Amino acid sequence: MRWVALGVAAGLALVASVVLGPAAVPLGELTRSDIVWSLRVPRAVLAFLVGGSLGVAGASLQALVRNPLADPFLLGLSGGAGLGAVVALAIHLSGPWALPLAAFAGALGALALVYRMGLVGGAALDPRILLLAGVAVGAFAAAITTAIVSLADAAELRNAFLWLWGGLSAASWDTVLVLVLYAPLPLAVLFAAARPLDLLALGEEPARYLGADVERVKRRVYLAASLLTAAAVAVSGVIGFVGLVVPHIARLAWGHRHRALLPAAFIGGGALLAIADTLARTVVAPRELPVGVVTALIGVPVFALLLRRWTIA
Amino acid sequence: MSSAPPILSLRDVRYRYPGATQDALAGVSLAAGPGEFHAVLGPNGSGKTTLVRLVLGALVPAAGRADIAGRSAHLWPRQDLARVVGVVPQREDNLFPQRVRETVLLGRYPHLSLWGRERPEDHSAVERALAACDAVQLADRWVWTLSGGEYQRVRVARALAQEPRLLVLDEPGVSLDLRHEMALFELVRGLVDRAGLGVLMITHQLNLAARYADTVLLLADGRPAAAGAPGDVLTRETVERVFSWPVTMQLLDGRPQMVPLRQPKEPLA
Repeated sequence: MRWVALGVAAGLALVASVVLGPAAVPLGELTRSDIVWSLRVPRAVLAFLVGGSLGVAGASLQALVRNPLADPFLLGLSGGAGLGAVVALAIHLSGPWALPLAAFAGALGALALVYRMGLVGGAALDPRILLLAGVAVGAFAAAITTAIVSLADAAELRNAFLWLWGGLSAASWDTVLVLVLYAPLPLAVLFAAARPLDLLALGEEPARYLGADVERVKRRVYLAASLLTAAAVAVSGVIGFVGLVVPHIARLAWGHRHRALLPAAFIGGGALLAIADTLARTVVAPRELPVGVVTALIGVPVFALLLRRWTIA
Repeated sequence: MSSAPPILSLRDVRYRYPGATQDALAGVSLAAGPGEFHAVLGPNGSGKTTLVRLVLGALVPAAGRADIAGRSAHLWPRQDLARVVGVVPQREDNLFPQRVRETVLLGRYPHLSLWGRERPEDHSAVERALAACDAVQLADRWVWTLSGGEYQRVRVARALAQEPRLLVLDEPGVSLDLRHEMALFELVRGLVDRAGLGVLMITHQLNLAARYADTVLLLADGRPAAAGAPGDVLTRETVERVFSWPVTMQLLDGRPQMVPLRQPKEPLA
């Protein structure tokens, strides 16, 4: 029943994002329209994949760092990706892949730094150290980003600013293909870690005594979730709140067992981002809102409600 | 007199934490077989927790051996070890709210394959474990609504759901009231006698250890101060020396019971 409802919601979200748009396409011509096939469909699929990836990455990281407030971008990836993107804009790298590749490289740089800091003093990816390292690396990257943006001219500045709030306007079948080839591996690693992630909720030591190879699980989940997020941020910029809110909503319906939670977070995250992107490109048409603005406008009130629930419970 | 092969065997183990100037544990030996209840006693910082970590393969001895079923504890794959040794750790917390049956089901994880669902035998093992710990009526409660004593019973049930041969409990009686603490020791003793479980319990409860355990190991500064039957180990001299406090010993059902003495009042200077 829950799965049916989720499936229907996801289907409706995808249909809406194909049918609705600034250009009026008559329903009868939907299947023949170029706008639909080369713009809306790949964009809807990309939104779904990115949202799903963020949902799964968020759910996994929340269990890994043992903090329900964790977000895929908490560990410094958004700062690194933003820096990469802004550098690419500032030095006028051209070509359709320049921006995503630069952002991906920036995210990987931040990931490597945070990972390295997480091993300092034999800490073995201590969640507290990871969180602190993520905040520090993110802040440092944001400072450099701001320095570059403040020296840039107005048009570049606007582009950089928009990118930092996320958008799927660069979607194409090529970007979809890249993500379709890339995402299954980290997703499989995370799904395979579902049971150890359940155990980690008790703490590392109890998890170890219940049979989890804690060090290996932490390493794998951290790397897989981060690589998934890095790809998402590279093709769509920084889209907040999907990875934070979706896992919590999924937990309300599916409980805390990751075997069900992770797939639910994928479909739910995909549906949410498909809807958010549809809103982003229709409410102020022909102009477009950064999709991160829409996810924040939806996500923050939902999050506030969840917080209320928690404090009452 | 049958001599069952030991599930747990510590032989002259030594361990020093990185950067420490002295051994946390040295010269400790212990063997535990099925149907045996071993208690480990000692003041704070005497090496009890280090001993548990060596037994469970979380630390690697610098010298000596820590074997589970004839194989070095730290060489066991964790999932395999969790099918042989069940643990009730000192501390844990639930990041997300859970129901009792769900948390006991976590004890079945070492028996599940990567993708496989829980099988009927997993659910029956959970029910058996709940029944053994008198926790069936708690099964649908949220864990956070349990009292301290109920929670400990549930945690023992989770360890039993692992269907282990050895049960390790790290200070399970802390913060329990009299009735629940006694009930816990009765439960553990019953598991040893009826199910043939081997038990290793770290505790501060000298008197309960003396009454329920088959052997006690008394640690002081990481060294074994005495080991053996409770009546041989828990003498006034040894207890006073190890705990640095005057005591008197009495006998109850043939087991030693310790009563700490009040310190004679010193006149104020």
